[in-house]
Amino acid sequence: MSAVPVPQVAARVAQVAAGRRGRARRRRSVTGVLLLVVVALFATSLMVGQTFYGPGEVWRVLIGEPVPGASFTVGELRLPRATLGLLTGLAFGLGGVTFQTLLRNPLASPDVIGISSGASAAAVVAIVVFGLRDGAVSLVAVAVALATAAVIYGLSYRHGVAGTRLILIGIGIAAMLNSVVSYVIVRAAQWDLPMAMQWLNGSLNNATWSDVVPLLAALVLAGGVLLLLGRALDTLRLGDDTASALGIAVERSRLLLIGTAVVLIAFGTAATGPIAFVAFLAGPIAARVVGPGGSLQVPAALMGATLVLAADLVGQFLFDTRYPAGVITGVLGAPYLIYLLIRTNRAGGSL
Amino acid sequence: MTTDHQLSAQGLGLGYGDRTVVTDLDLVVPPGRVTAIVGANACGKSTLLRSMARLLSPREGRVVLDGEDLHRLPTKQVARTLGLLPQAPVAPEGIAVGDLVGRGRQPHQRMFARWSAEDDTAVAAALEATGTTELADRCVDELSGGQRQRVWIAMALAQQTDLLLLDEPTTYLDVAHQVEVLDLLLDLNAAHGTTIVMVLHDLNLAARYADHLIAMADGRVYAAGDPGEVLTAETVRAVFGLECHVLPDPTSGRPMILPLGRHRASAPVPVGVA
Repeated sequence: MSAVPVPQVAARVAQVAAGRRGRARRRRSVTGVLLLVVVALFATSLMVGQTFYGPGEVWRVLIGEPVPGASFTVGELRLPRATLGLLTGLAFGLGGVTFQTLLRNPLASPDVIGISSGASAAAVVAIVVFGLRDGAVSLVAVAVALATAAVIYGLSYRHGVAGTRLILIGIGIAAMLNSVVSYVIVRAAQWDLPMAMQWLNGSLNNATWSDVVPLLAALVLAGGVLLLLGRALDTLRLGDDTASALGIAVERSRLLLIGTAVVLIAFGTAATGPIAFVAFLAGPIAARVVGPGGSLQVPAALMGATLVLAADLVGQFLFDTRYPAGVITGVLGAPYLIYLLIRTNRAGGSL
Repeated sequence: MTTDHQLSAQGLGLGYGDRTVVTDLDLVVPPGRVTAIVGANACGKSTLLRSMARLLSPREGRVVLDGEDLHRLPTKQVARTLGLLPQAPVAPEGIAVGDLVGRGRQPHQRMFARWSAEDDTAVAAALEATGTTELADRCVDELSGGQRQRVWIAMALAQQTDLLLLDEPTTYLDVAHQVEVLDLLLDLNAAHGTTIVMVLHDLNLAARYADHLIAMADGRVYAAGDPGEVLTAETVRAVFGLECHVLPDPTSGRPMILPLGRHRASAPVPVGVA
């Protein structure tokens, strides 16, 4: 290098730096567009319904002015619903992409490997069998989701955790837990059914502020921790050995990342039920849109919010019957799951 | 850069599960020099390298970096002194070369610090030194094996460590690329005094490129020192169980081995032909 004249070195540095800045700028602008999409969907959710309210009226409700009719419909019905959709979307997207990045496999998302099922089963049992409500349900869901994660991790641990084994065991655990949900709902009392049904296919129906508050707290805390660990997560993509050589405390970071992502998923599931495949879809779609080179945390979170808000709008207004958001995302997610399985099969991988 | 970092192993015992791989091993890495570790498959050379890179905790003894137990030092501090290129590194799908090399800056960055001009300079210098500047905006997935290996070395260089450990850096490369990678490592050693420790399969390349050769057998150091003294017919017999001739390499004068094998030995091989 010493043989290269100084101006030339400066030019090379500028060239390399320009390339890096260009890629970073592209990621930022695509993320910005995603943010705008989320804001637009959120605003649409507040305006559209049986009665349409214009942006002006919605805004006046938001800043607390009394607007006849709109104050109740927008302020009491649509706002909690849209907020809940936004927050669960962010939580599922961020939690899901953390799992997929950490285990280096798009199939390793918490709603495929049984973490969400653990939270669902816990919540259904808590509501139907023990008659718990709101915050208590969330806490039980979080505890059981963490336990589910620990069981899956423990069962798949042999000389380190191999992604494939963990995914297969997780799918098995998910099937078991889903049968628990079905069993409890079949035996549930008539008046518990509407609530318990939410745990079969997540929806934003009957959203209240008491659903929003615990989730918001979880998102701020757990989401914050995940973003702080973002660089460690990004470095772990290079493999454990390289990450360790680059100064990442591998085991500690991984446990912290998984634990925090589980908490996030559990709170989201406790608030709305398992909105099918949002955690599974958000990361890969975000990677397609933003480009796979950089961190996917923020784009995947925004993509999760986009999916939930859009699915809720579609489910409510596009058809004669109102469908819960989870049905719409399920219809989107299932073909993608099949596509992934076919692709890995063609590539000769076992999963 | 300084060259006075001291890396050594004292009474080292290593293993996985109930399998013991290395027992009671002592070695000193000469600072500022190029060291090659050779030995038969499963003799423990990669395990030893992993332990010297802090990836595997010793069962007995310790690895010492500058007088301190390596495995008690904070990961990040070690990562500023000691770089590692593992045998099969994983590149995230779709990452650009420039971004991958930039990952090497991780140990120098604080949690919230933004990318600095110093980082850009280090990345550009690492790309330049490995001849990969032209590839900076390309995607790692599209590169050939030799190019990819140079990019990985560039990432380790961007880390700007005085010690660099490489686990079989020439595996999967054809002979021209093997020589290219080893030349590159010697350039580095000459330009910055970087201490290099590498596990190599090819005895002749090891003898040619290393200042210090360590021959391992059954989890111990069989012989260590100047390649001219270490690489003898007796060492090859003890370490690999192979009969061979040792000739002087016509280019460097260093020893070069020719395996005998059981076939095609029609005429006695004239010893000392150069």
